[in-house]
Amino acid sequence: MDREATAVAGETGSHVGLLKVLGPVHVWALGVGIVLVGEFMGWNYGVGKGGAFGALISCFVIGILYTCVAMIDSEITSTVAAAGGQYAQAKHTIGPLMAFNVGLYMVLTYTMLNASDIQVAGQLVQIAAGNMNVTIPWQPYTILCLALLTLLNYRGVLATLSVNFVITALAFLSILVLFIGVKPWAPHEVLLHSQLLTALPYGWLGVLASFHFGIWYYLGIEGTCQSAEEVRSPGRALPLGTMTGMITLLIAAAITWYVVCGLLPWEYIGWDAELAPLYDAARVTGSSTLTVILFIGTLFSAIASANGCINDAARAWFSMGRDRYLPIWFGAVHPKYRTPFRSILFLTPIAAIFALYIPLAEIITFSILSGLLNYTFMPINMWKFRRKWPIGSIRRGFEHPFHPIPAGVLLTLCVATFFAIYLGYGRQLLSMMLFYIVASAWFAFYRYRYVRRGDQFSMPWPRPQGY
Amino acid sequence: MATEYIPPKQGVFGQFFDVTFLLGLVFVVLFLPIWLGIAVPSRVEKLPPGVSYTTNADGTRDWTGLSWDALKQNPTMQAQWEKLGYTKETAAAIITMPFDYKIDVMGVGLTIIIICGYFGFMLVVSEKEYRQVIAEKFD
Repeated sequence: MDREATAVAGETGSHVGLLKVLGPVHVWALGVGIVLVGEFMGWNYGVGKGGAFGALISCFVIGILYTCVAMIDSEITSTVAAAGGQYAQAKHTIGPLMAFNVGLYMVLTYTMLNASDIQVAGQLVQIAAGNMNVTIPWQPYTILCLALLTLLNYRGVLATLSVNFVITALAFLSILVLFIGVKPWAPHEVLLHSQLLTALPYGWLGVLASFHFGIWYYLGIEGTCQSAEEVRSPGRALPLGTMTGMITLLIAAAITWYVVCGLLPWEYIGWDAELAPLYDAARVTGSSTLTVILFIGTLFSAIASANGCINDAARAWFSMGRDRYLPIWFGAVHPKYRTPFRSILFLTPIAAIFALYIPLAEIITFSILSGLLNYTFMPINMWKFRRKWPIGSIRRGFEHPFHPIPAGVLLTLCVATFFAIYLGYGRQLLSMMLFYIVASAWFAFYRYRYVRRGDQFSMPWPRPQGY
Repeated sequence: MATEYIPPKQGVFGQFFDVTFLLGLVFVVLFLPIWLGIAVPSRVEKLPPGVSYTTNADGTRDWTGLSWDALKQNPTMQAQWEKLGYTKETAAAIITMPFDYKIDVMGVGLTIIIICGYFGFMLVVSEKEYRQVIAEKFD
C-alpha cells in the first residue's frame, strides 16, 4: 500500500488526483463550518482589547478586509483550480519560496484553529458535567474529539464535508434561536445595552488594537479554496460558496455582538479566560432551553471547525509533500479512500499538544498571525497575477471588479492589523516572525535542492509577461 | 531549451531529519515562549483609588476598600456578574487587569524591520527561483 501510494505521489511524475465530488453547498460548508466557531468563542478577546464598541467597529472594518480577500481569492482560485488553494497560486504567480511560506501559513492557521476548537470542545464537556455537579478533566474529551475527527477525515472528504454542512447549519440556527429568545424587539426586557455599554476604555488606540481579534470573526473563509481540486465546477462553485459564506458570517457576527454585549459586562466578555460568550449570554438569560441550545451550538461549531481545519491543513501539507517542498512521504494519497492520510495523521499530535498546554487566546493569536501573513501575500499575488496574465490572456472562472482597489485596501488593513497585534501581543508576533524567517532560510538554502523546477508550473497557461 | 534540473533523491534518514527540524522549530520557537511565560499578553494590574489587597499564603486576597462602585460597575453590571457566579472580589481580579498599550518606539521599529525584511527576502529569493521555473517550463 505504502509503495503504491508513494509512487503515485511523485516518483513517477504522475499522480492520482483527488475525487471531484463537491458543489457550492460543500464549499459554503467548508468555509462557514471552519469560521462559524469564531462567533462562539475568540472574537470576545477583541472586546478585552478595545471595549464593546471597539470590537463592533473592528468587526465591520475586518469585514471589509475579508470582502477583499473573498474577491481576490475567488478570481485566482477559480482560475488556479488545484489542491492547496493559495499555495498553488503562489507557485504560479510569485515563486517556490513564497509558495513554501504560504503553505506553512495555511497549515499553521488551520492546525492552531483546530487546536483551539478541540480545547473548547473538551472544556465545554467539563462545564456541562460541572453543571450536573460532576467533576471531570477536560483533556480526555479534547483528545477524543480530535481522534474521532481525524478518523472521519482519514476516510474521505465527501462524508467529512457532508457532516460539516449539517452541524454548521445547526450551529448557525442556535445563534438565530438565541437572537429571537432575547426578544430584540423589546430592548429593555432582556437585553440591557443602555446599562452595560461603556465608552471606549482605551480610546481609538484600543479600537485599533481590537482589529487583532476582529480577524477571528472570519478567519478561515479562504479555506473554501483548499478543496478546489475536488470541486466539480470551480468557476461557479467557488465564488458562490465563498461570497454566500461571507454574507452568512457578517450576519452571524452582527447578531453575536448585539446579543452578547447586551447581556454581559465588557470586562467579562474580554477576559483572557472567557471561553464561550454566546453560551454565557444564554446562561444569564435564565432560560435552561436557551442554555442547552447554545451549549449544543457552541459544541457543534467547534466540531465543525475542527473538522474543516483537519481537512484544510492536511491538504496544504499534502500539496507541499507532493511538490517536494517537504519530504515526499507526505505526498501520498490513500489508495482506497483517496485522502492525504499521512498528512492528516502527522498534524494531529501538533494540534493535540497546543490544545492541551497553551491558553486559548494565545493559540488563537498564532492562527490569526499565520492567517494575516497569508492575507498580506494576497494583494501581492493579485498584482502579479494581473500583470503576468492580463485580462483576456487566459480563461478566468471569475473576474473581480475594481482592481486594484481591493488589493490596496487589503494591504492597508493588513498593516493596521499587524500593529494591532503588536499592541498587547508583541512578543508573540516576534516569535511567529522568527519561526517563518528560520523556516524560509531552511527552504531557500537547503530544501529547495529537492524541488523539480519545471513541475512547479502545472497550469496550461502561456508564458507570463515579462519572463 | 533550458537544461532540466534533476534533484537528488532524498533517503529515509534525510526525510526524517527534515521533519524533525520543522517539528523542533514549531516547539522551540512557538510553543516554548508561551509555555515558559515569556510571550504572554501585556496586561498590568491597575487598582482603583482607595482599593488595595494583601495576598495570603494560600494565594487568596484580603481586599480593602473594594466595592462594585469602586470597580465602576453599575447595579446592572453587578447583577450580571453575580448571575455568572462572581463576587466583587473575584470580579476585581479581572477588572483590575487592563491591557498596557505603552508604545515602545524601538520595539515598533524593530518589528517593522523584521516584517519588511522577511517579505523583502522572500520576494527577492522567490523571483530568482521563479525565473528558473519559467525557464525550465517554457524554454
